[in-house]
This record gives sequence, structure tokens and C-alpha cells, in this order.
Amino acid sequence: MTDNRFFNRSELIGILLLAVFLVVVLPLTLDVFRLNLVAKYLTYAFVALGLVVCWGYGGILSLGQGVFFGLGGYCMAMFLKLEASSVENTKIQSTPGIPDFMDWNQITSLPLFWKPFHSLTFTIAAIILVPGIFALIIGTAMFKRRVGGTYFAIITQAVAAILTILIVGQQGYTGGINGMTDLRTLKGWDIRPDHAKVVLYFFEVGCLFVCIMIAQFIRHSKLGRILVAMREKEDRVRFSGYSVANFKIFAFCIAAVYAAIGGAMFALNVGFMSPSFVGIVPSIEMVIYTAVGGRLSILGAVYGTLLVNFAKTSLSETFPELWLFGLGGLFIAVVLAFPNGLAGIWGDYVQPRIDRLISLRKPKPEGWTDSSVADGAPAE
Amino acid sequence: MFGDYSLGDLGSIFVMQGFAGLILFSVYVLMALGLAIIFGQMGVINMAHGEFMILGAYVTWMTSNFFQTYLPSLFSGYFFLAMILAFVASGALGMLVEWVLIRHLYKRPLDTLLATWGLSLILQQAFRSVFGAREVGVDLPQWMLGSLHVSESIEVPINGVFVMCLTVLITVGVAYVMYKSRWGRQVRAVVQNRIMAGAVGINTEKVDRYTYGLGCGIAGIAGSAFTMIGSTGPTSGQLYIVDTFLVVVFGGAASLLGTIASAFSISQTQSTLEFFMSGSMAKVLTLLAVVGILMLRPQGLFALKVRK
Repeated sequence: MTDNRFFNRSELIGILLLAVFLVVVLPLTLDVFRLNLVAKYLTYAFVALGLVVCWGYGGILSLGQGVFFGLGGYCMAMFLKLEASSVENTKIQSTPGIPDFMDWNQITSLPLFWKPFHSLTFTIAAIILVPGIFALIIGTAMFKRRVGGTYFAIITQAVAAILTILIVGQQGYTGGINGMTDLRTLKGWDIRPDHAKVVLYFFEVGCLFVCIMIAQFIRHSKLGRILVAMREKEDRVRFSGYSVANFKIFAFCIAAVYAAIGGAMFALNVGFMSPSFVGIVPSIEMVIYTAVGGRLSILGAVYGTLLVNFAKTSLSETFPELWLFGLGGLFIAVVLAFPNGLAGIWGDYVQPRIDRLISLRKPKPEGWTDSSVADGAPAE
Repeated sequence: MFGDYSLGDLGSIFVMQGFAGLILFSVYVLMALGLAIIFGQMGVINMAHGEFMILGAYVTWMTSNFFQTYLPSLFSGYFFLAMILAFVASGALGMLVEWVLIRHLYKRPLDTLLATWGLSLILQQAFRSVFGAREVGVDLPQWMLGSLHVSESIEVPINGVFVMCLTVLITVGVAYVMYKSRWGRQVRAVVQNRIMAGAVGINTEKVDRYTYGLGCGIAGIAGSAFTMIGSTGPTSGQLYIVDTFLVVVFGGAASLLGTIASAFSISQTQSTLEFFMSGSMAKVLTLLAVVGILMLRPQGLFALKVRK
């Protein structure tokens, strides 16, 4: 077993291939507009990664990841919005120095909970802590009482519905249904021109790889194995003396923080944030990214997200009617035919053939075992 | 918040808002009954339940158009036929879906959620392609229009009264079928112990299929009733699905009485709050209260004591 290492050989190759694909191939072949689209898709990959840890390993299906995506995104957007609504930028408003939507809603001073978001340090801390603590509260309340499975899914869904209605309803404080638009600068650095978008793309890819490494670490640590054991036979883990609830809470919090980082990246890369990324529909769509990529595969989540979003963009550009049929069919097909998604197909059909080809050409290297095939990740 | 109203005004407000709440209650109960059967009895999360309801609504709309064009003399009674057709259409589609999709997934309840969500997307797009994206409304027959004057300041719409009577009838019918009939006993036997139920000669696959069909059929009737109080669009069903799931979970998944009690409390809270604050805040507060109570009492209001 590869106990204390981050990854075995085939996983290392997979990660390197993904790195080459994202850092070299895509920036060289795509124009800035398309690259920015990829950056937008990759923000969902953070959510999908979190779901691999929480759903794939821990067996906890959360249908409220949009909540955490939204919380992270709104924290970032509040900081950017405050910077964009400096006194000289907003001098035509009846109250200069506050965001434009507040002015439209007859609010005359900055609400108290907005004030700390003048500081970038506080904002970055909030992006991690607000969703993390929120997940901790929900998780503690649910898992300590041994609520799980379908009930948990329904409750998280209700939380997503509540937050969406709240954001839309309180438009004076949140920008309402339009969300926070017209985000301009980060500490004086304009985020809108092309070269800024390229820089932000590389920054995002860097963060994504940090998150991938952390997920890899969790997977290969003892913690990851307990999570998997818990998914398979919860009672036995409990009887062995582990606190099942605490491990579940941990996995849920990790997923929440990942989603929040994705949300913050979204606000930076796309330049706005709105409640349409918070509710039930986007939350379930985020689950399908993970399901398509393979709920057990860390790299599969990234590929799944990219693939589904590429399909969505190109299909809805050319055949808008077909897209919902396609997405619905994808849900059903993944559940019925390919429960392990792309990674499962790769591991079952493609990888064994590649391995056979390699082993035909040269004799088996020392220490080569079949286990590296069994938990192979897709490397496309 | 009560300051500006006299005591008599407040009384009328509570009665009128209470009545508005009762109509919401009727829709919740009809939706939740079907869901309580499917989720509570079979453990399947049917995210497409709203779409089965909308199918019933579209069937009602088509029947109404048919009667208007070809049988105007019988128009005043079309609704009863429409309801039966809605039940048959939704029920038949439900049984087909069970056969194609659901029966492969009984061991994976979380996956039924994803699969039926996919189904709901497909049905939504199908509705949009067939009936158009615009919302459609049904013409009510003459006798359902207008309202009853109970007192000077209180009046209640007739179609609301009709929907409520319908709800009571269907609830009683479902309770009879589930708790008194031979078939209902079989359903409950399969739920409690599938293997033993099979061993004593119950065809569990057939029971599953008809149970799912019944749940979807009741959703169709809910859709039929829904046309009388609102217009129908391809995505109308999605608006109700989360609320309905909360109603079922809040009531205690396997309890029919709990479903009714929770539908009543949720709808009454929401419609009473709606008078004093914006609709969205009323909804947020109601849902927050429900989620809060569920965190303290996860088994819901009326929990069936079963050995897990």
C-alpha cells in the first residue's frame, strides 16, 4: 500500500497530464475569451472536488453546495464592489461612497455587516471562515443526531432555497436578483482587461492544484480510509470507537470551503455574482459534474466539470432546446449505466489496455502491482 | 405590527388570510400525499413529482379546451372528467417511469434523486416543446366564479371552497386505500419487510409499480386542482417541489396524519406572516422555522416507531 505518500505512480502521471493540459495546452490554443470561459468552468471544479471528498468518499450527498459557492462568491464580490464604489466613482449618487444598488433602494449609509469588507485580509478570512462555520453548524446539528442520507440532502436543498429567497428579497443589502455587477478593481489592479484575465486564470489553476493536492492527501491518509469505511459500513466504524459524526462534519466542512473558494474565484474571473448560482438548480448541476467525472476520482471531477460545461455551452449555443434533454439524459445515464462516471470507464476499459500495451513492449518493471490499475484515475 | 388594526379588523384578517392559507394547504396536501406515498413508503426521492403535477394541469387544460370547442353544453361539468384523465395520465406515466428507471435503483436512494431530477428536466423541456413556454390558464365554469359572503368583511372564493372539498375527499380516499383495503395492507407489508412480504406470496414488484403509479396519479389530481387557483407553465412544478418535500419530512415521512398536520401548520404560518411582511420574508421565516425544528427533531412531527 502507498500509505504515507500523496499519490502512486499512475496518479502522479494523471496530475502532471492535467497540469500540462491546463497550464500549457489550453492557454496556447484558446483566445482570451474562451480561456476566460474555461476559468469560469474551473470555478465549478472546486465545488466538484469538494463533492468528491464529501459525497464520493464520505457518502454524504449535499444538494446545497450552491450555498457555499454563493457565500464565498458574495464575500469576494462585496470587497470588489466596495472598491468599485469609492466616493469619486459614485459622486452622481444621492449618497456617494455606497454601492449603486443600495442607493437605488434608498439606503443612505453602509450597513454594519458590509463595513469589514473594506479590508482584503478580512475578506480572504471570511471566504474561508463564513462558509466553514456555517457548514460546521449545519453538520453538527445534523450528524450529531445521526441524520444522513436522503434527509440530509433534502435539508441542504431547503437551505439553498432559503438563501436564494433571502438574497433576492433583501435587494437593498445584496443587490437582489441582479446580484453584484460592475466589479472593477482588486486593490487598484483592474480585473477587466485581457491580460488581467490571463493572470487570474493562472492564479486560479494554481489554487486548483493546491486543492487537488490537499484532496489527494486526505484520500491517502488514514482519515480518507476512515471516510470510505464509514460510507460502506457506518455502524462498524462507530463500534470500532471512531466518532462518525466528527468525520462527517469534517468532510462536509472541507466541501463547503472548496465550494467557497470556487465562488470567490468566480467573482474574480467572471466579474459578477448573482443568486442564480446559489439556488437548488445550480447546486444539483454541481453534483452532476462530480457524477459525470466519477464520484471517486479527484481528477475525474475536474474533467467532468470541464466536459459538461463545454457541452452545455456548445449545445445551448446551437440547439437550445436539446440542452435540457441532453442534461436530463446525462443524469439518468450516469446513474443507471455509469455510477463511477468517466473515471470508472477509464479504469475499467482504457487503462487496462494501455497497461497491456506497455507491458507487451517491455518487461514488467520491479515492484509493479495490479493495485495501481485498480484505483487508477483518468488521465485523458 | 398589530398597532394599526382594530380587534375586529384583525379577526377578519386572520380569517381571510387563514382561508388563503387553506388553499395553499390544499395544494400542499395533494402534492404531499403522493410524495408521502412514494418517499415515505418506498424511500424513493421523486424530484420529478412537480412535473407529474404539471402534467395533470396540462391534461386539465386540454380537456377544458376540448369541451369549449366541441361540447360547450357540458362545459360546466368538464372538471370531473379532467380530474380522472389527469389521474390516469400521470399514473400511467409514473408506472412507465417505475418500470424503466426506478426499479433498478431501490437499493440506492440517493441515486433516485439524481435520476428523477434528470427526468424532471426532460419533462420540463418536453412541456415547453409541446405546450410552449408561456403559462396557460384554464377557463372556469360559471358556477365556480364569484365568492361567498360570510359576513360583512369576510368573503371566500367558491373555487377555493371546491378545491378544499376535493382535498378532503381525496385524503379520505387515500387513507381508506392505504389503511383499510387489502392492497393497502400489501403496500405496508412490503414497506415493513420486503423479503417476508415476498415470502408470503405478495408480488412485491407489482406492488411497487402500482404504489409509484398511485403517488404520481395523485400528483396529477393535485395539478388538476392547481389550475383552478393559478396558471400553469413548464417550470411551475419546480417551485413547489422543495416545499412539498419539507412538508413530508416535517410531518414524519411514513405518517399520513403527520403530512396533513405539517401541511396545515406550514401553509397557515406562511399565509398569516405574508400579511404582515413581504412574501419572500414570510417564506424565509417559515422555511427557517421548519429547518430549525427539523434539526432539533429530525424524525418529524409524527414519527412512526419502527426498528431500523
